[in-house]
Amino acid sequence: MLLLAGTIPDPGLPLICGRVRIKDGRLFIGERSFYLHRGTPSMIGTATTVCQIMGLEEPYCVIAGDIGKGDGSKLVYNYLAENIHTLKPTVCSFHYIMPDLMLHYKLFCALKNIEAKPFLIADAGYMYIAKMSGNADFYDLFTPDLGELAFLADENSPHPFYTRGFIFHRPDEVEDFITKAYETKGTPRFLLVKGNTDFICENGRVMKMIDEPNIEALECIGGTGDTITGMVAGLIYGGHQPLDACYISAMANRIAGSLANPTPATQVMEIIRRIPEVLKILRKEHFNGRQENTKTHRDG
Amino acid sequence: MKGEMKIQRLFSKRSKKHKEGDFRGLLVYPSTSDVILAEKILKGEGYKVRVVGPPPHLRTGCDLVIEFPLIEQLGIERILKEKGRIPLKVIPISDEILEPIDLCQKKDFGDYLMIRAANMKLVIDKRTKQIVNISGGGCPDVPYLAEMLIGKNLKETPSPKDLGHTVCAYALHIAYEEMLKEVD
Repeated sequence: MLLLAGTIPDPGLPLICGRVRIKDGRLFIGERSFYLHRGTPSMIGTATTVCQIMGLEEPYCVIAGDIGKGDGSKLVYNYLAENIHTLKPTVCSFHYIMPDLMLHYKLFCALKNIEAKPFLIADAGYMYIAKMSGNADFYDLFTPDLGELAFLADENSPHPFYTRGFIFHRPDEVEDFITKAYETKGTPRFLLVKGNTDFICENGRVMKMIDEPNIEALECIGGTGDTITGMVAGLIYGGHQPLDACYISAMANRIAGSLANPTPATQVMEIIRRIPEVLKILRKEHFNGRQENTKTHRDG
Repeated sequence: MKGEMKIQRLFSKRSKKHKEGDFRGLLVYPSTSDVILAEKILKGEGYKVRVVGPPPHLRTGCDLVIEFPLIEQLGIERILKEKGRIPLKVIPISDEILEPIDLCQKKDFGDYLMIRAANMKLVIDKRTKQIVNISGGGCPDVPYLAEMLIGKNLKETPSPKDLGHTVCAYALHIAYEEMLKEVD
């Protein structure tokens, strides 16, 4: 099972759990539907698209309404802590969830105690709390942007808002932060750093850098990081090795971005709708002539 | 692209105003939104307070606390009581205090201007002063703030601090204030 968890900015939305499908550009979970927009819906939408392309079962989603008060996040944490052992996911992606040390600890303990540890991806607020708790290396993949990378590299910072120093997008500086993040155990085994240049890393080493096509306006568009996190979750669930999944996701985002011919005012939907076509081409090109490992995470 | 520049934030300047040996205290609230409201009240009353990160033993996840001059504790507590915003705890500073990030980054895209504060980015159309994008951040109110603010005129919309509840909202507010200075 591919499990996706996060919150939706709708204060009245209760806890909703179930398989997700996409129809007419909207996400459907049970009787509820959501616009495929920035944040958790963007992550869920792209992961679901990947599953459709690869012929996999639909992701299982756990979401609740939260506009920053933490109420919906609490429902998500508690549900996962109490049910993760019966859901038995093989890949999990945790997203816009309020950082909360006590609730994270409860879920962390539940994750530690399940029989087969899933591949654990963290982004956004959940990544913040995974790092702040001192357990970043329990997880498998973080997908920070450059500001968040500086936070991962600062062992004393509990949130990117308090990070010492600042990054001005110089590649040499980014690599220093990557080294520091691994040295201080602020990051898991795999890291996909999203920026003008994307850095794909494993165990402290930069394995790949991607800087083309370079679409500067993408930096302005909210939700473009969420699409990468969704794609990488779907691809790993589908059996791609994490480094390959990171590469395909980062490339697909750039190409879909360039096809959208964006300005800084473009909304992420314009990019999301181009992702299926780009992904199909990229997967075919990237794996032309060699076998995929299709057993790794789909079947546990 | 017209290049990038650094903008010194007020936080670092304000911190230099505190003389060595000044005794400072912290007002601790159960949530970031309570901190934002209390800060607004105290600044409105003319108190020299500032928002900082809590010491390690008070951190719960998404945290801000208010630093204030201890000598003004009585007056501050009185005004907060009058306004129904009594803090959870009032403690003297004896531990490591985290300074909020002290730089904003400005990036000019021709017709559009982006300002970044910490992990939050705010983009406006310079011609119309309309907010066209918000990106970055990880707390649950970031997508909510984007929904509420995108498409609105920068000068007419409620501020991120009035709508948001988290440290990410606070960071976006810093970018918003810097943007207001840019368009004035």
